[in-house]
Amino acid sequence: MAYWRAPLDLKKVEVPHGDIHINIEHCKGCNFCVEYCPREVLEMSVEFNRKGYHYPNVLKEGACVNCNLCEMICPEFSIFVLEGKTRHPEADEVIKGKEKS
Amino acid sequence: MSKTAEQILSDELLIPQPKEPLAHPMEGYLRTDRLPHIWCSTCGIGTVITAFIAGLQKSGLERDKVGVVSGIGCSGRAAGYLQLDSFHSTHGRAIAFATGVALGNPDMKVAVISGDGDIAAIGGNHFIHAARRNMNLAIICINNFNYAMTGGQAGPTTPESANASTAPYGAYEYPFNLPFLAESSGAVYVARWTSLHVRRVTNAIAEALVKPGFSFIEVIAPCPTLYARRNRLGSGLDLMRFYHDNAVIDHNADTRDIDIEYQKKIVVGKFVDKEKPTFLENKDAVLSAKLGDKYIPYKGA
Repeated sequence: MAYWRAPLDLKKVEVPHGDIHINIEHCKGCNFCVEYCPREVLEMSVEFNRKGYHYPNVLKEGACVNCNLCEMICPEFSIFVLEGKTRHPEADEVIKGKEKS
Repeated sequence: MSKTAEQILSDELLIPQPKEPLAHPMEGYLRTDRLPHIWCSTCGIGTVITAFIAGLQKSGLERDKVGVVSGIGCSGRAAGYLQLDSFHSTHGRAIAFATGVALGNPDMKVAVISGDGDIAAIGGNHFIHAARRNMNLAIICINNFNYAMTGGQAGPTTPESANASTAPYGAYEYPFNLPFLAESSGAVYVARWTSLHVRRVTNAIAEALVKPGFSFIEVIAPCPTLYARRNRLGSGLDLMRFYHDNAVIDHNADTRDIDIEYQKKIVVGKFVDKEKPTFLENKDAVLSAKLGDKYIPYKGA
């Protein structure tokens, strides 16, 4: 979501942050977490794990908002998100045209 | 320190090692020595087990007051992976065993996690009679539309015209409409979701676990190896996309009208949520009215 100027209450808004942990050896490469991540934080790896499956990698470090959907939808119990420090968004992140892709 | 053979092998092949020794938040509920589990890549059963653990945490029930019974089949393995009082019973008899556990431990909530073939086909009689008696059970039926563990035979829920290994020209039997069967047999809580609706399944399981009486949750799960492959439907991910586009949430739907047709809209939702005295409550009420002080209700060992 992008605004044309920085909202006045920007300093009051707190963005939750999650630290993603991936147990790559349990992953069977089903792609659910990559497909359904609402922030498109993850991507599938080029490398294989020990069983010959591709596994997810964190593409955008710091973009996770701790919604836990990947943890819930993972059929292998191999990805989980722990609550990290909340942070205040920078003005550049929310202004139209300046938001990071 | 000398390296183990496994470490030397992985160093040579440049296999990345897992960095975090951190534990999964659900690890306490899983028999981690059994993982990774046997279910295929993109199978939906693992998601349902995650939702079960999350629902159990959400329900606030104590761990030793919950039991899990499962029958035979792919989803029958669930009891083996859950670090609870769990029991892997014989084919179709999961509800019969669970009835025994629930009667022997009246303060325990027993959940049955099993497949459509186990609950609706060979165990169909146990299913309708446990629902008729309103036993204090939560049934989670993972429906993948075929007998997946034995090679994809047509089962009681295989939609008409779907291909199965015993129906190579398309199934021509009428399938069961499980929520209607459960409601008409007397279940007090009936819901249907797909494995894509993880939060809804979690909430449904949390509600069913604290609800006294017979609750039934049908969870439609993708079977990539047999049902999807035989019908050329792609992987489990493609089936998840199909559920995303074709699942219609309608909580007020009449369960008579929610038959599943092959690759058509799937009506999901919470269809029934009502109150009714359970088997043990009725038994205690009737017998203490007739026998008075001579009747001592069984409160567990």
